[in-house]
Amino acid sequence: MLTIDQLSLQLPLYASWWKRDWATCLDEFSLTVFPGEVHAVVGASGAGKSLLAYAIMGLLPTPARLNGQLYYQGKPLNASRQRQLRGRELALIPQSLSALDPLVRTQRQVTWAAQRAGQPSAHAWHASQQALDHYQLDARAQQAYAHELSGGMARRVLTAMAHVSQAKLVIADEPSVGLDPHQRQRVLDALRELANQGKSVILITHHLRHALPIADRVTIMRDGKLVETAPACAFQDSGASLTNAYSQALWLALPDNAFATTAISRREQEAHVA
Amino acid sequence: MRLIAPIAKRVARLALVLTCVALVSYGLMMASPIDPVDAYLGPQMAQVSPEQRALIAQRWGFDESVAVQFGHWLRQLVSGDLGWSHVYNQPVSEVIAQRFQRSIALLGSAWLISALVGFSLGVVAGAKEGSKLDNIISTYAFITASTPAFWLAILAVLLFSVTLGWTPTCCAGPAGALNQEVTLATRLHHLLLPVATLALLGIASITLHTRTRMLELMRSDVATHAFAQGASRLDVAWRHGLRHASVPAITLAFASLGELFGGSILIEQVFAYPGLGQATVAAGLRSDVPLLLGIALFTALFVSVGNMIADSLYGVIDPRIKASGL
Repeated sequence: MLTIDQLSLQLPLYASWWKRDWATCLDEFSLTVFPGEVHAVVGASGAGKSLLAYAIMGLLPTPARLNGQLYYQGKPLNASRQRQLRGRELALIPQSLSALDPLVRTQRQVTWAAQRAGQPSAHAWHASQQALDHYQLDARAQQAYAHELSGGMARRVLTAMAHVSQAKLVIADEPSVGLDPHQRQRVLDALRELANQGKSVILITHHLRHALPIADRVTIMRDGKLVETAPACAFQDSGASLTNAYSQALWLALPDNAFATTAISRREQEAHVA
Repeated sequence: MRLIAPIAKRVARLALVLTCVALVSYGLMMASPIDPVDAYLGPQMAQVSPEQRALIAQRWGFDESVAVQFGHWLRQLVSGDLGWSHVYNQPVSEVIAQRFQRSIALLGSAWLISALVGFSLGVVAGAKEGSKLDNIISTYAFITASTPAFWLAILAVLLFSVTLGWTPTCCAGPAGALNQEVTLATRLHHLLLPVATLALLGIASITLHTRTRMLELMRSDVATHAFAQGASRLDVAWRHGLRHASVPAITLAFASLGELFGGSILIEQVFAYPGLGQATVAAGLRSDVPLLLGIALFTALFVSVGNMIADSLYGVIDPRIKASGL
């Protein structure tokens, strides 16, 4: 479905007003996403997860330097093809709830998403209603403004907007942030269901444990680099089948596992010495 | 029924504002060196003996304290009597009513044009940031924002009325013609240049503020999300931009009513247009105290009502602003 080949991204950094440096945000990052799978991309804040999403969508700020190749369904995904496919084949569920327009009623926004995906206006209203119903948003929520929705409802509206576009590749950026366990489960289940329909879902999160129940494969990211891509089932017991020390340490650091933080620091030090 | 309480609250607030304006303007009049008896007598001042002057002053109640005099004035004001304008030899309320009818044609059309054109230019410039069109619009807005109204008016008269002869040089109708004889076309012809000048200046600030709001929106999460849905810049500007940019535009349009009023005083003076602005200048120069006070109160009422309308409109556009105070 989507292949990322040796993708490097640099953004300008102004150390002082006359000097421009380039900060490397993605470093030769490679990834393949198959149809029907939920691929979790896990990493700490600042690992470059959201920038990866923007790079796939082609929504990076203009002075960015991008190297490497993206392929979507076997063909190169360049800027013009991204523009063509955005909203139709590629959909993004943004991280921030402020992505909902505060001045527009929910259903109208979902309708706009449907229209932008190329559906005729007459059908779009109906489709948006179906999508919202699908995510259990009642008539009141459909006519509500963004500030009247709870975090979980707003998250489901954003998911409905990606759903209504009928995109084949959905990128969900931190969809479980700030939600209680019940709401989180609903949102994650919705993503799993998209994958079950044959779509590809890239789930960006820093909660490894939240991602595991629904993910098929997990990619661990660190400082813009790929650490390891492993099947979700590798994250169990002591994580012995994980090949990389960082991902193993990340797994072991979880509270209900060993809750161990020493392992990584010792290994880190060794790495630094080496 | 739910509407009555907030409306009553608004009206009470308006009454309070007007009382304050009345108090301050009356105090200013009292503190000013204007002697109402002198102003009333005008050139006949020399023919009146000091005894007669004292008689007039006594009849007008000048021997009483300031507070009592203010009380008299306020009581008359509440009963609808604004006093007598000696400059126009008419009741003040009549002068204001007549003059305002003229001014509203000038003010209203200039206001409407500047709001609509300013808003559209701002949206276009903001949506196409950095484009040639944006540069042209911004440059235009910055230049006109720093242009004094009277200076532009004088230049306009010089160019269009004196040199080219396209528009009349003065007044609301041809000199010597009776009010009833003037046709609508002639009236519009006389309005053209003052309206254009006033509107040209009003456009700038609304354009600049709308543009700034649009730039902010185009970089916001809302716009990025819309782009992710495959929206074009035009789509984002049309669907999201118009709503977001209209809040500052409305604030500015209604807040600028006062500014426009001030601007119209200068413009009416330059074009010799017989509106409320010109009456204000005449009243000031010839010490017509009742007329001046009347105009001050009327202007305060006009601007306050404008702000009240703006307040009510916010709730319609932005649902986050609760229409609690209506």
